Amino acid sequence: MSSRLRSNLWGYLFIGPFIIGFLAFTIVPMLASLYFSFTEYGLFDAPKWIGFENYIKMFTEDPRYINSLKVTIIYVFAGVPLRLAFALLVAMLLNVGSRAVGWYRTLYYLPSLIGGSVAVAIMWRNIFGDDGIVNLALKSMGIDSIRWFGEPTAALWMLIFLSIWQFGSSMLIFLAGLKSIPASFYEAASVDGANFFQKFFRITLPMLSPVLLFNIIMQTISAFMTFVPAFIISKGTGGPLDGTLLYSLYLFKQGFEYFNMGYASAMAWVMLLIVAILTGIIFLTSKYWVHYESEGK
Amino acid sequence: MTKKRPRYYLYHILVGGFAILLLYPVIWLFVSSFKESGDIFITAGSLIPNPFTLLNYAQGWEGFGGYGFGTFIKNTLVFVIWMLLGHLISCSLIAYGFARLKFVGRGFWFMIMLVTLMLPYEVVMIPQYIIFSELGWLNSLKPLVVPAFFGHPFFIFLLVQFIRTIPRELDEAATIDGANTFQIFYKVILPLIVPALATTAIFTFYWTWDNLLGPVLYLNSPEKYTVSMALNMFLSNETVSNWGAMFAMSIVTLVPVFVIFFIFQRYVVEGISTTGLKG
Repeated sequence: MSSRLRSNLWGYLFIGPFIIGFLAFTIVPMLASLYFSFTEYGLFDAPKWIGFENYIKMFTEDPRYINSLKVTIIYVFAGVPLRLAFALLVAMLLNVGSRAVGWYRTLYYLPSLIGGSVAVAIMWRNIFGDDGIVNLALKSMGIDSIRWFGEPTAALWMLIFLSIWQFGSSMLIFLAGLKSIPASFYEAASVDGANFFQKFFRITLPMLSPVLLFNIIMQTISAFMTFVPAFIISKGTGGPLDGTLLYSLYLFKQGFEYFNMGYASAMAWVMLLIVAILTGIIFLTSKYWVHYESEGK
Repeated sequence: MTKKRPRYYLYHILVGGFAILLLYPVIWLFVSSFKESGDIFITAGSLIPNPFTLLNYAQGWEGFGGYGFGTFIKNTLVFVIWMLLGHLISCSLIAYGFARLKFVGRGFWFMIMLVTLMLPYEVVMIPQYIIFSELGWLNSLKPLVVPAFFGHPFFIFLLVQFIRTIPRELDEAATIDGANTFQIFYKVILPLIVPALATTAIFTFYWTWDNLLGPVLYLNSPEKYTVSMALNMFLSNETVSNWGAMFAMSIVTLVPVFVIFFIFQRYVVEGISTTGLKG
């Protein structure tokens, strides 16, 4: 056996599991889902080809779908920037040479650590519940209690607020980025008489832009797929009045509650398309705002 | 130094105070779990349980449907162990292949792997469900753990990056000593990537422990429920609304998460800082 053949063989032996898994759990399901998206498929009977009907129905006859899209867009476009801004602010606060910073870093990360769990969603619902501590605090200040989960817009903002609360992982990435900016840059700027804002916009932000790009993309994708908090907080309904019916939740309901597998598959493909377009836009615009150091270190 | 003092204190009051504010909900949940169920919302503003009771824990631990909470914890642990085995074995093999071996199509497959990182699970969810249902795997852990044995893009990427930092001279020396490719992987690389494997293991634990969508899709008899599902059931059985018991069991499910974090903090923080693991 020639050494080239042998090295190819070893290579495919090692990455073989990935290829098999990719074919079995990604490509085949993706093709199947594409096919289902053009069918009426109720799981119990064979898929019936209906062309683009699912896609047309989505945008013309299903106000709940349009609503879930709207709710998700608000969730993503309000939640992600706020969360990242918050993460960056805290990272800058923690980017000082104090020994206590390690502790603060840990404490600030804790909400993100437990953020995906059912326990936290339950807690959140109770804290903002009709007789929860937030309303209690408002009452003590003489403000009428607010039905945080009783009104669609308020409930959605509660979800957004929960996502902002979990800013920890972005903060850690920003912190690592901040640490890699040479102190000499700031010193030179100080000598030139730059103020805090000039330093922030001329040094910090450009130097962090690659990290920022990474954060924006990953956070946007994962925000678009948010499921658990909406599922738990609304007890699976997406209520009140579909106010927290995030895209993933509606897709899940169409697929596994109403058994419209074809329709849910079409929804999944539109989701993939939206995520791909969003990512594409972020990448394309990135050349105007992401700064890469051309001449390494 | 004398000049720095006021600023120093101001900084810690601000940053420390903010940390307490952020963690207040968690502290509140913890404290409430020791209050009498009827008191929780009446004394919601107080952080001292009076009277202090462990009854919530006893009641919560009894579980529901005749299955104690211990059953749900055991189920989740079995789930976690399978996921750990799957990810550690498959991801280390695959990552070694990508990082060290030369073969036709390596770049192509690596790119494919990076793209799958961004693929929403929703796109494959329904056909996967149908496939697993055809295989008769519903109401078992198989649909959840079998795919883990075929790698996970995030962890493969993490391990590839880590292996690339290991000097190739080590591999070459082993080759001269007569080791074959698998022996190099097993005896040279594997011991050196233990820190990255630790990160993989910790995040696998977190994601599995918290996973709700997977179990909700695939498990349907209460004796197989995981802790996430059990809590979710508590919530939907809310007619009785034993909040105390639910809070107590929420705390029980959070404890392992905290403990592992405090023990392995370094790997968690490094894992996030270098790869951005976990949304």
